[in-house]
Amino acid sequence: MHDRSIAELIAAVRSGETTPRALTDHYLDRIERLQPSLNALITRTAEAAHAVADGLDEQSPGALAGLPILHKDIFCTKGVKTSCASRMLDNFVAPYDATVVERLAAAGTVMLGKTNMDEFAMGSSNENSFYGPVKNPWNLAHVPGGSSGGSAAAVAAGLAPAATGTDTGGSIRQPAALCGVTGIKPTYGRVSRYGMIAFASSLDQGGCFARSAADCAHVLSAMAGFDPRDSTSVERDVPDYAAALSGDVAGLRIGLPREYFADGLEADSRAVIDAAVKQYEALGAEVVDIDMPHTDLAVSTYYVIAPAEASSNLARFDGVRYGHRCDAPRDLEDLYTRSRGEGFGAEVQRRIMIGAYVLSAGYYDAYYIKAQKTRRLIAQDFQRAFEHVDLIAAPVTQAPAFKLGEKADDPVSMYLNDVYTLPASLAGVPGMSVPAGFAHGLPVGLQLLAPWFEEGRLLNAGHAYQQATDWHTARPAGFE
Amino acid sequence: MNWETVIGLEVHIQLATASKIFSSAPTAYGAAANEQANAVDIALPGVLPVINRDVIAMATRFGLAIEADITRASVFARKHYFYPDLPKGYQISQYDLPIVAGGHLDIETAEQGARRIGITRAHLEEDAGKSLHEAFDRETGIDLNRAGTPLIECVSEPEIRTAAEAAAYAKKLHALVTYLGICDGNMAEGSFRIDANVSVRPAGSTEFGTRTETKNVNSFRFLEKAIEFEVERQIDVLEAGGSITQETRLFDPDSGETRAMRSKEEAHDYRYFPDPDLLPVVIDEAFIDTQRGHLPELPDAKAARFANEYGLNTADATALTQSRVLADFFEATVAAAGHDKAALGKPAANWINSELAGVLNRDGLSIADAPITATQLGGLIARIQDDTISGKIAKQVFDALVAGEGESADAIIADKGLKQITDTGAIESLVDDAIANNPDQVAQYLDGKTKIVGFLVGQVMKASQGKANPKDVNQRLVAKLDAMK
Repeated sequence: MHDRSIAELIAAVRSGETTPRALTDHYLDRIERLQPSLNALITRTAEAAHAVADGLDEQSPGALAGLPILHKDIFCTKGVKTSCASRMLDNFVAPYDATVVERLAAAGTVMLGKTNMDEFAMGSSNENSFYGPVKNPWNLAHVPGGSSGGSAAAVAAGLAPAATGTDTGGSIRQPAALCGVTGIKPTYGRVSRYGMIAFASSLDQGGCFARSAADCAHVLSAMAGFDPRDSTSVERDVPDYAAALSGDVAGLRIGLPREYFADGLEADSRAVIDAAVKQYEALGAEVVDIDMPHTDLAVSTYYVIAPAEASSNLARFDGVRYGHRCDAPRDLEDLYTRSRGEGFGAEVQRRIMIGAYVLSAGYYDAYYIKAQKTRRLIAQDFQRAFEHVDLIAAPVTQAPAFKLGEKADDPVSMYLNDVYTLPASLAGVPGMSVPAGFAHGLPVGLQLLAPWFEEGRLLNAGHAYQQATDWHTARPAGFE
Repeated sequence: MNWETVIGLEVHIQLATASKIFSSAPTAYGAAANEQANAVDIALPGVLPVINRDVIAMATRFGLAIEADITRASVFARKHYFYPDLPKGYQISQYDLPIVAGGHLDIETAEQGARRIGITRAHLEEDAGKSLHEAFDRETGIDLNRAGTPLIECVSEPEIRTAAEAAAYAKKLHALVTYLGICDGNMAEGSFRIDANVSVRPAGSTEFGTRTETKNVNSFRFLEKAIEFEVERQIDVLEAGGSITQETRLFDPDSGETRAMRSKEEAHDYRYFPDPDLLPVVIDEAFIDTQRGHLPELPDAKAARFANEYGLNTADATALTQSRVLADFFEATVAAAGHDKAALGKPAANWINSELAGVLNRDGLSIADAPITATQLGGLIARIQDDTISGKIAKQVFDALVAGEGESADAIIADKGLKQITDTGAIESLVDDAIANNPDQVAQYLDGKTKIVGFLVGQVMKASQGKANPKDVNQRLVAKLDAMK
């Protein structure tokens, strides 16, 4: 059952071959058995899932009626703990649903639980979780990537057919690549941020994980679209992505940015990417080299803007109205310092400090304003590239998943790891990772980037590739 | 040494919108604590602000009324500081690109004459909540009902020179925003809050002295007192060889003094940056034209028209246009009194500015709660104009109307039989009686002391119980007395 596509699962419910309740129980059972080795979930919502599933049948109107789903614990879920993997919100039960959660529920999905993540989405390894790291199902000694590592690992291990995630600097594409699943980060503004706990508001974008591009198309169609509660969401029609998949990429111009294939890219991973590109050529796509000259500015630009916004967004966690409050504060100052000092983990504190620094008087122009300028240059690279090509193909990471603890003491090396995913985030263009093979026994993802609001093109390119290859159907040993 | 005072005012104008600036929670005053704070107002994780369109419309109308530039793409910025009544840890305000830039107000005071005070900028921001220190034992309560209430902060140039000018500027601004209907103007409830930046410098100096900012000034009278106190205090410090500390001071209405609240040295680095949750507010010409079309007649224009149309002097015209309700009351009174605006304006102004103002003052009422309607007052004035009653009787009728003793002046006049005596025979006989009964005064008149006729008029009026027409009585007396010469 868990090897079926989303289209097949929905059809099985519609035909009465299975029921939403049976599907739900199937996945809840896998979670029960497999979660302990992965730590992919923070919260299980079996009881609520049963109640929802029991209210659905083959007649239910939603496009995804009966489809089990997991939500990253960054999305507010009414009546369910929403922790952002932080001690700060360990006691926080959201009183409302995020727009994404609301829309997917309206489409008939059944929430099975909330997935683990890097605290407040800050991290690339999922080691920054108050609830402990998530393990990569392909090798439990390795990281699943982050920050949406729990969602990626859960889909890879077949704990759910789909999971939501968020991508600020690569937090969907990187764990999708490292766990061998398909993950899409839509255009900034495509998916509502309302109810998605903010890390860096100008970069955060909700998206999803599933086994294939076609599966992602079904989920994204249900979650995307304008939301009047999010001023940065864009008022633009959402196509039926799944219906539009043709699997045809003949004549498509694909650009390979030289800067993404430079020294840092590990040889075996490069071989996987090269083979994937050849596959596209075999499918009739035209591949050309392109230049994106400001790519090397992305890491420094991102690590000014994202912490700046984070330092501001996380100011609300002060121990006054909700969340962690220190014991017996002596005075207001003590309440703030101890509540925040105890509630936030080291990486979150580090980024708040960096953010407060770059926004402070005397440094604002040199850092924040400068970073806004380099951000525009990076966006221009994409603008110019897409005047010549329809899609960009590139690696997601320089190497496959590293070992747990390997980079934990070296934040800068961890930051540099995001070099291939940050530019698209800064530009706001949609990006996707599709499984493209293995290196050292671990999955390697191919990154596809499209012009603003061309998610359909991205999904179709991924679909075409997955029609011709079967990397996306591979299951890690022990999770068959 | 001669000192010059330099004053700049920052006024927080609470906008009279139905809902908050970035959330759909209502703004009504006086609800139970935290009853009007929704998920956005209490800054739950994941919530986002959405700008209230009415706020932009009101700020645009304000900008047009002070002849300012309306910024075509203004930007909201986050101002960071930690305080329990500031739920997000930052206030959404405007910094580099406020919605209103420039502008001015024209004021007039006895001492300084007419002056134009520049306005630097007016920006939009959200209000914070309230910390309640008194209600709890050794704890502080937080009420977030006010959090997210829309405010315009209007900052004047440091061009005000006296406490009286500061009050005139504040009154003018108050009249303007209430005319525009963008603020209820209720100072006691904090709808119009004034902070005064005050410094002094040696007369003739072009450099500014160190300034202090005085907060919590919630009436025009207190504003004058606070500034007067602060100016004296600063001069005393400087003349004693001391220096002024840049600080925030609090005005204590009981003592009439200001005292230091916090020093700017401990001031925060607010770490302003553009709010990434909100797009720039783009305003086009069509929107501005629409808002211009919504502008009412403003106080200056109304005062000029009153002077012209109703033949009022500047003082009366200015006094009557202080508030839109008062101006409307005046116009309704004249309309009820008759058609001849030029003739009826002055008596209507007099009745409103003296008799009615006296009653309102005595009972602590505002014009909106006046115990007499414009129609009733106009009806009364009509009866004076057509000589149905004398001015003296009119006062009696006015008091009866205020006391609610009748529906209209006509009803009261009829009920109480106050109609002026028009029966010539009756008046003639009263005049004859007065001449007969006061031989001494008559002799004086005949002796050339013609002013004594007033006494005789008084005698006739008294005998008629005020119902004779004094002008008519005067004429008849003079005619008869002159005939006796």
